[in-house]
Amino acid sequence: MEQWKSFKEGKWTNEINVRDFIQNNYKPYEGNEEFLEEATEKTKNLFEKASNLAKLELKKGILDVDTKHISGIDNFDAGYLDRENEIIVGFQTDAPLKRMMNPFGGIRMVETSLKEYGYEMPKELDEIFKFRKTHNEGVFDVYTPEIRAARNVGLLTGLPDAYGRGRIIGDFRRIALYGIDFLLEKKEEEYSKITLPMNEENMRAREEIREQIKALNSMKSMAAKYNVDISKPSTNAKEAVQAIYFGYLAGVKENNGAAMSLGRVSSFIDIYMERDLKNSVLTETEAQEIIDQFVLKLRMVRHLRTPDYNELFAGDPNWVTESLGGMGLDKRTLVTKNTFRFMHTLTNLNSSPEPNMTVLWSNDLPENFKKYCAKMSIETSAIQYENDDIMRPMHGDDYGIACCVSAMRMGKDMQFFGARCNLAKSLLMAINGGYDEIKNVKVIDGLEKINSEVLNYDVVLQSYKKVLEYVAELYVNTMNIIHYMHDKYAYEAGLMALHDYHVGRFMAFGVAGLSIVADSLSAIKYAEVKPIYNENGIAIDFEINGEFPMYGNDDDRVDYIAEEIVEIFSNELKKHGTYRNAKHTLSVLTITSNVVYGKKTGATPDGRKSGEPFAPGANPMHGRDKSGILASLNSVAKLKYENICEDGISNTFTVIPNTLGKMQRHRIDNLVNILDGYFVQEAHHMNVNVIDKEVLQHAMENPENYPNLTIRVSGYAVNFNRLTKEQQLDVINRTFHERM
Amino acid sequence: MVKGKLHSIETLGTLDGPGIRMVVFLQGCRLRCSYCHNPDTWQLNNGTVITPEEIVNKAKRYKPYFKFNDGGVTFSGGEPLMQPEFLLECLKLLKEENIHTVIDTAGAGFGDYDEILNYTDLVLLDIKHSNPEKYKLITGLDIKYYYEFKDALIKNKKHIWIKHVVTPGINDSIKHMAEFEKEVNSFPNEMIKKVELLPYHTLGVFKYKELKLNYKLDDVQPMSIEKLNELKNNLKIEKLVK
Repeated sequence: MEQWKSFKEGKWTNEINVRDFIQNNYKPYEGNEEFLEEATEKTKNLFEKASNLAKLELKKGILDVDTKHISGIDNFDAGYLDRENEIIVGFQTDAPLKRMMNPFGGIRMVETSLKEYGYEMPKELDEIFKFRKTHNEGVFDVYTPEIRAARNVGLLTGLPDAYGRGRIIGDFRRIALYGIDFLLEKKEEEYSKITLPMNEENMRAREEIREQIKALNSMKSMAAKYNVDISKPSTNAKEAVQAIYFGYLAGVKENNGAAMSLGRVSSFIDIYMERDLKNSVLTETEAQEIIDQFVLKLRMVRHLRTPDYNELFAGDPNWVTESLGGMGLDKRTLVTKNTFRFMHTLTNLNSSPEPNMTVLWSNDLPENFKKYCAKMSIETSAIQYENDDIMRPMHGDDYGIACCVSAMRMGKDMQFFGARCNLAKSLLMAINGGYDEIKNVKVIDGLEKINSEVLNYDVVLQSYKKVLEYVAELYVNTMNIIHYMHDKYAYEAGLMALHDYHVGRFMAFGVAGLSIVADSLSAIKYAEVKPIYNENGIAIDFEINGEFPMYGNDDDRVDYIAEEIVEIFSNELKKHGTYRNAKHTLSVLTITSNVVYGKKTGATPDGRKSGEPFAPGANPMHGRDKSGILASLNSVAKLKYENICEDGISNTFTVIPNTLGKMQRHRIDNLVNILDGYFVQEAHHMNVNVIDKEVLQHAMENPENYPNLTIRVSGYAVNFNRLTKEQQLDVINRTFHERM
Repeated sequence: MVKGKLHSIETLGTLDGPGIRMVVFLQGCRLRCSYCHNPDTWQLNNGTVITPEEIVNKAKRYKPYFKFNDGGVTFSGGEPLMQPEFLLECLKLLKEENIHTVIDTAGAGFGDYDEILNYTDLVLLDIKHSNPEKYKLITGLDIKYYYEFKDALIKNKKHIWIKHVVTPGINDSIKHMAEFEKEVNSFPNEMIKKVELLPYHTLGVFKYKELKLNYKLDDVQPMSIEKLNELKNNLKIEKLVK
């Protein structure tokens, strides 16, 4: 085929096999960043326009909403920011930053969001959705009183039962490599192979593939509105990036999932870049221009959200996660020049939370790349790191990260996202006989209140295990309902069209408040904890006498409690069958919701007061890790990924520049050593912030001086100015590792 | 079994020797430097009791981070040489584990230096002052203890990083700097790996209030970086960090 000229053939030539194409054709890069080029004039012009729009948006809340059309791959006209300067084109609607209404998850969400920003819901839409059921309605038709109660008190929170579930990554590279027509051909083949008997599984398969075929045709038609033909394979780097972007765009036009990730595209694109550079039809400056403009587009994805949603996940995050680097199964690095170009956008276009740059860290990565990563972290605080050496053996070398920490093979796995359950509240229920400590309602039957003057470790632990057993069963069943209904009423046909039909499915459960539980149980075990009961016999506060080991100091006595709790919970979850036989996975991750969880949870036996924020993700509680960063990292590193927390363990670490060293080269070397030392212990994830506390304090007072100030919070990065005041204070109060 | 008095452990030290260091702050110091920012380490009878085994077991947990650039353990304080027996035992055990060792000292200890230095890879030497009278004035101690340690260092040909805190009005004169230069250059050149001038800061002053101690330099401002750089420019010291 003409478009594949000079590519080395392989299995990929006859079947959809992007990994095989990459392995046969990519060129590992072990050099440094010196080859990188600055942004072009065109890019700078475009960047300025985009920045001005973003400023205006920040002032207004949102820039605009399209109230004439609803979400869909091909429901909007072409939109441009500045046609003359745009190398890569396409927006979700017909104008940049103009949001869409996505009613399929739930029509009330749309109404509430519109109202919040002063728009009215169009009457026709309301009419139509009297006849068209949504995902949200489906779920609530089935929810039991027990599930509603758990949801109501915040035992289970953030469930995707009123909006898109997200965390599904289309293998957008397939469009560039094969073109839509070939993908359609393959889908028709899959479709025709599913024949009698017409049982539930086969009927569903035929219906879903039909939907996928329609979606692929819509993508073609959407691209055509921009005068781009994506029916055939891409012939050069620019076309390849455009094709990938259209695939991604189809995803975010169709769905409003919290996390809409990009996958692992950089080194794939590099193959096209290398071919064009070799044929002298592309210069390094032009290569960078393509990537800069692609990234600029990715930064402009928006969804219409409710105020409640923003309180959970501040700053309009979309988790446009791009997985960078990593090693191949054959030990060659998957770092290419284009990996550098992608990260270099943080220099050319300033620091930014999106796309969510995720470096797949391996001990074997080229030293030059490691140092470049450390340098960019120190300069921008925009990068997160995940352990390729523990994920590669499980997922191979062509997986990507969805959202923050969820690994899945590209085009071969998908995930049923499940938010999280509040482990700290569960512990209070174990003490309070199944009653919610704030709303004073019974949520769990069959538990006795622990009415003792001093809490006994064995008694509390035994009761806690019962609660976890109950919560796990309820949680799995809740998830089954949600994802059954999501498939039925808000199926992601576009994203799933860019997968094999037979995919691996993960059901991703999550926990919040792990460090509180570990410290609470440690306090009960090693100190003396007296509950203070209210008139209803509910423990509303705790008096602690004596010292106790705290999670975050590399002290096995308490760290093992944390380990044991996630293991117990993981095992409990696995006792219950899942929808579509998904594999149970578990994450320790909160994103910014640690603040909201804290608000909804009463005082805990570790000394945390009612309403105080949780620590984010798997982090130790604020100010309790008193032995320095490495001790804190070692505590988190003990939580096991394989078989226990296979959906990720998020750790955010924030350090002031001087703590890393006096000179830039020392800071770089030291950060590389920290990353190596942490990950070699089979730890999973690390957000790195290198920033002075005073800068954040100053930015709170003078946001206009820090338009690009980016900071990583559990699993994603966010523009500091777009956090709520409470969240800003939480970030500032969190342990800043510094010493005199 | 010998036991030590520990102030605290900091697991991420990056300024206390090469690479990444676990820094062990020991209790006890004979000096009473007027600008000291760790007065909470002065008393030898305060702090947590700890064994050398416990120190080494902790250090082993950080081996993954020590891998490059000679990271390891640094003993600081206080004055680590105030607990020679304990220090020596720690150093021996660390060397058995192939962990790089540093002591951060002003040399005001209680002897056994040859043996201690035998298990020490690098010494961070804090030179308080080069003039005996001024030395006494700043530290409250006779300079002879420093000379004793200096002799041991030279005899054992130890690699050293020299540091020197510069305080306005006390040791920021050109004349003083000339004396300091002479002192530095009195060490064999091959021993000196680095020389650093540190500006006096006031970040530790709050501790004096907490400890109900009198702070002698209440009227002294933090050292200006510009002035410090000026002083540096006039010095003829090969390994001076500019």
